[in-house]
Amino acid sequence: MITEASKYYKFDWITILLFLLLVGFGWLNIVSASHVGETINYFDFSQPYGKQLMFIFLTIGLIILILAVESKFYERFSSVIYIISMLSLVGLFVFGKSVNGATSWYGIGGMTLQPSEFAKAATALAVAKYVSDLNTDLKRVKDQIAVFTIIAIPALLVLLQKDAGSTLVYGSFLFVLYREGISPIYLILLLMLIVICLFSLKFGSIITSIIITIGVLIHHFTRRRKPLLIQPISIILISILISFGVRYFYDNILPFHQKDRITIWLSLEKDPAKLERMKKTIAYNLNESEKAISSGGLTGKGFLEGTRTTGKFVPEQHTDYIFSTVGEEWGFIGSSGVVIVFILLFLRILHLAELQRSQFSRMYGYGVASIFFMHFFINIGMVMGVIPTIGIPLPMFSYGGSGLWGFAILLFIFVKLDSDRINQW
Amino acid sequence: MRRFLLVIAITIVGLIFISRLFYLQIYSEGVHDIFSDNALRKVYDYPKRGFVFDRNGELLVSNQPSYDVMFIPREVKPLDTTEFCRLLKIERPRFKEIFEKAYRYSPWLPSVFIPHLSKEDYASLQEKMRKFEGFYIQKRSLRHYETTIGANVLGDIGEVNDAIIARDPYYKMGDLIGKQGIETSYEKTLRGVKGLKVIQKDRFNRDLGPYKDGIYDTLPKPGSDITITIDAQLQAYGELLMQNKHGGIIAIEPATGEILTMVSTPTYNPNLLVGRNRSVNFSKLYNDSINKPLYDRGLQAMYPPGSPFKILNALIGLQEGVVTTQDRFYCNHGYSYGGRKMGCHGHASPLAMNGGIYNSCNAYFANVYRRIIDKTKSPGTGLDVWSEHVKSFGLGNYLNNDLSVGQPGKIPTSKTYDQLYGKNRWGSTFNLSNAIGQGEVLTTPIQLANMTAAIANRGYYYTPHIIKNIEGHTIDTKYTTRNQTTIDKEHFEPIIQGMFDVYNLGTAAGVRVNGIEICGKTGTAENFVKVDGRRMQLTDHSIFIAFAPKDNPKIALAVFVENGYWGARFAGKIASLLIEKYINDTITRTDMEDYLLKHTLEHEYAKPYSGQAFGINKNTTLEVVDEPEYKQLKELLNQLNSRSKKSPEFKKNQGANL
Repeated sequence: MITEASKYYKFDWITILLFLLLVGFGWLNIVSASHVGETINYFDFSQPYGKQLMFIFLTIGLIILILAVESKFYERFSSVIYIISMLSLVGLFVFGKSVNGATSWYGIGGMTLQPSEFAKAATALAVAKYVSDLNTDLKRVKDQIAVFTIIAIPALLVLLQKDAGSTLVYGSFLFVLYREGISPIYLILLLMLIVICLFSLKFGSIITSIIITIGVLIHHFTRRRKPLLIQPISIILISILISFGVRYFYDNILPFHQKDRITIWLSLEKDPAKLERMKKTIAYNLNESEKAISSGGLTGKGFLEGTRTTGKFVPEQHTDYIFSTVGEEWGFIGSSGVVIVFILLFLRILHLAELQRSQFSRMYGYGVASIFFMHFFINIGMVMGVIPTIGIPLPMFSYGGSGLWGFAILLFIFVKLDSDRINQW
Repeated sequence: MRRFLLVIAITIVGLIFISRLFYLQIYSEGVHDIFSDNALRKVYDYPKRGFVFDRNGELLVSNQPSYDVMFIPREVKPLDTTEFCRLLKIERPRFKEIFEKAYRYSPWLPSVFIPHLSKEDYASLQEKMRKFEGFYIQKRSLRHYETTIGANVLGDIGEVNDAIIARDPYYKMGDLIGKQGIETSYEKTLRGVKGLKVIQKDRFNRDLGPYKDGIYDTLPKPGSDITITIDAQLQAYGELLMQNKHGGIIAIEPATGEILTMVSTPTYNPNLLVGRNRSVNFSKLYNDSINKPLYDRGLQAMYPPGSPFKILNALIGLQEGVVTTQDRFYCNHGYSYGGRKMGCHGHASPLAMNGGIYNSCNAYFANVYRRIIDKTKSPGTGLDVWSEHVKSFGLGNYLNNDLSVGQPGKIPTSKTYDQLYGKNRWGSTFNLSNAIGQGEVLTTPIQLANMTAAIANRGYYYTPHIIKNIEGHTIDTKYTTRNQTTIDKEHFEPIIQGMFDVYNLGTAAGVRVNGIEICGKTGTAENFVKVDGRRMQLTDHSIFIAFAPKDNPKIALAVFVENGYWGARFAGKIASLLIEKYINDTITRTDMEDYLLKHTLEHEYAKPYSGQAFGINKNTTLEVVDEPEYKQLKELLNQLNSRSKKSPEFKKNQGANL
């Protein structure tokens, strides 16, 4: 029996609370990062913080709408949603508007809309739908190819629109597929690929090749059941090829600004004077962002008191670099608090996902957590110099309507799916 | 197991982020740079820049206030721009231009709106200043030159550029720094140390008081006054005599190495490089590629020294024992060797050393030089011995002194010729021109003056320097340490007698000054210029070195007059007059004074750029300045004479000699 009153409690309020906490705190930081002058009129819609407040109100409406829809709708219409979403990405090539070199926006009136922010949720639905189909078996190569294709289409489309950061986000589906039984070899291969690439760039292809050869041979000769010699030899050859290939790619093909980002990240530049110069020019954002975070100290300078934030030292601070505002004004306590709240949200989603009885809901939940996590990892990692500079928003924090709505849709479809489980309890 | 992968990944990333935050915010937070924190207002207290006095206590450089109009773009409120522009004497579009540029630099930080307002402009603006919100006046101190001479000596100050700021963190945007002359070489002494006040601001840019109770604040240390070795009267006289001639004069006090005069012409009025018009005037001077007024010919110009260099060869010959003062050499209108001939003018023959010097006989010194180089079987060894002797007179290398510019000159070694001809494939006849100061030898006027000082001192010199006294400090001991040459004292007397006879019997007899025993040596140097890729020979440089009196010398100098033809024609006259001025203060040879003021060499300097064929040396003419200019120069000379007064120090020294 479900009473009218208990309907309000069917949603997972912990998730909702964590979400609202992040959105609210994120907005405070947007105020800090974008306010100009002495007076702050929170409803001044010509200012980023005013607009963002409007976006947040619209988001709440959107959330109510999502939760009002029957949850079966999302499963049944996932293919349609996916196709519409892909068409909206393709349409950018014709009707798209270019901002900062990336053609990722539709201009509607005075507003811009970024369809790639919605494509993530659509893809998560489509992947969950396809894999949860009774006829699909992830152990079969044919089905693996089909799933990879579903993921690859939006990934390639956004890459063609020069939005490399979003492409990387689609890599997070590997977590979902692994959970659902795909062979770990894919993860191992990916990990090895990353390791070989980084090693080759940092220590050179020859050293990397020698280490790989020795490692593979030791592994081969210590095995009790030895496969044919052709197997280790081909592994070695392919690895060496990749090692020299990545080096060649870095030296000759990679565009300068991306090459420089990697150079800075891995400290590949030996000349300290030149490195210092690079820090002041191409790594200016990162350098200023690190300085801002660093200046926050233990407790931070306080809301609206961040001197580097007020002085507009960090470019793009209310969008991609919003975390530097957190670092400066709220200090170590505030920023590690934000990190912890994010992690709690991810773990909560994962926990709920594991409780789902339908494979569709579980997979979708995993997709949501993976996508959020990837954004979180790349954005904060970049702002603190842990990974090279890749432009990508921090969920719930970065300024922007499309982003906020995209993440709200992504999360609240899951909240809705999850509420079904509670209802059926 | 599969369900934990993402959980583990999330946890690990979380831990990495928190440790990174810990590293950034807790571990390395200590390096808080107050200078790059825009929450702190840094107010500098600029101390007085030190004054500059000449050796007789005459004030040369002091300070004058200047007013910069400053503004903070975001704090500027709507104003009557027409009135504002009228007060500042600028056009409306210029207002917009400056404002927008500063806004782009930073809307929150102060920028200079108009630098260096004159006192008058400031006075009219000051009353209205309160009407222009966001603007304010910043008082600064600029240089004031009490004189119109010595631009190359005194130098100037200007705003620091990005390269200086990057190199030395002391300097901040808008600070002033020495750019040339003593302002550069004694920058740290003159400028003092600026004081700093760090003030905490709130986000509305209001001052909250001293940051951390003023622990970073410092008091300014005023710059020290300095006294330089220049004799302003002599300097002014030298500059006047060099009017309409290009070249350099360096006069040194042999007993101390103090530089008495350092003339480089053409020159300019140092006040041109002060204030609002500095950059315009500087570009004009900088871009004058024919006259090169910013090029210090006394310090930087490397010329072949010509005949004065023969003196060194005579000294080296005596020191090496390859020639005695009595050895005579024949001169048959020159010196023939290997089918070639080094020409010489007509004089008695054969000549011993004394006659060789005062007749400046090329053949005599060709013989001496060959004996030096060919002393041993190997000309390489001979040349290197010669080269060492020459270098001991401070030639062929930087003097390493307190002047902001300099050139090493050039003295060849055996390596020079090994590279040119191959090892052991050359002999003394290959570089015989070195005997008479041509060939591979290049010197700057200051090096030549220093060489003269070393001869006057009979074998040693003090590094020529310009600092005489720093208020509250002692000067560098390297200027009070003797540099010994490799020539023994006894070899100098016959040479000095020869130089004395140059004035009595020789090439400088015409520029003699009664009552002063001057020793000198004339010189001429062939020279070439390349214009539009064509190499052209120009009229010889007129060169003269001299010191006086013969015993206990007070002054040693070198004079270079570009394209002045023979030594006594211009340089000799200038040298004699400067000596007379310095030692007696009154001029008896006013005929030479007149000659120098009247004659110009500007036509010589125009020749290579005229695009027409021209004659040099014998085929050149002597041109006079027009009457008004001559009158003007005469007037300047009268002014100079009326101001002339002997310093107490000078009288004291003279008294001791009597």
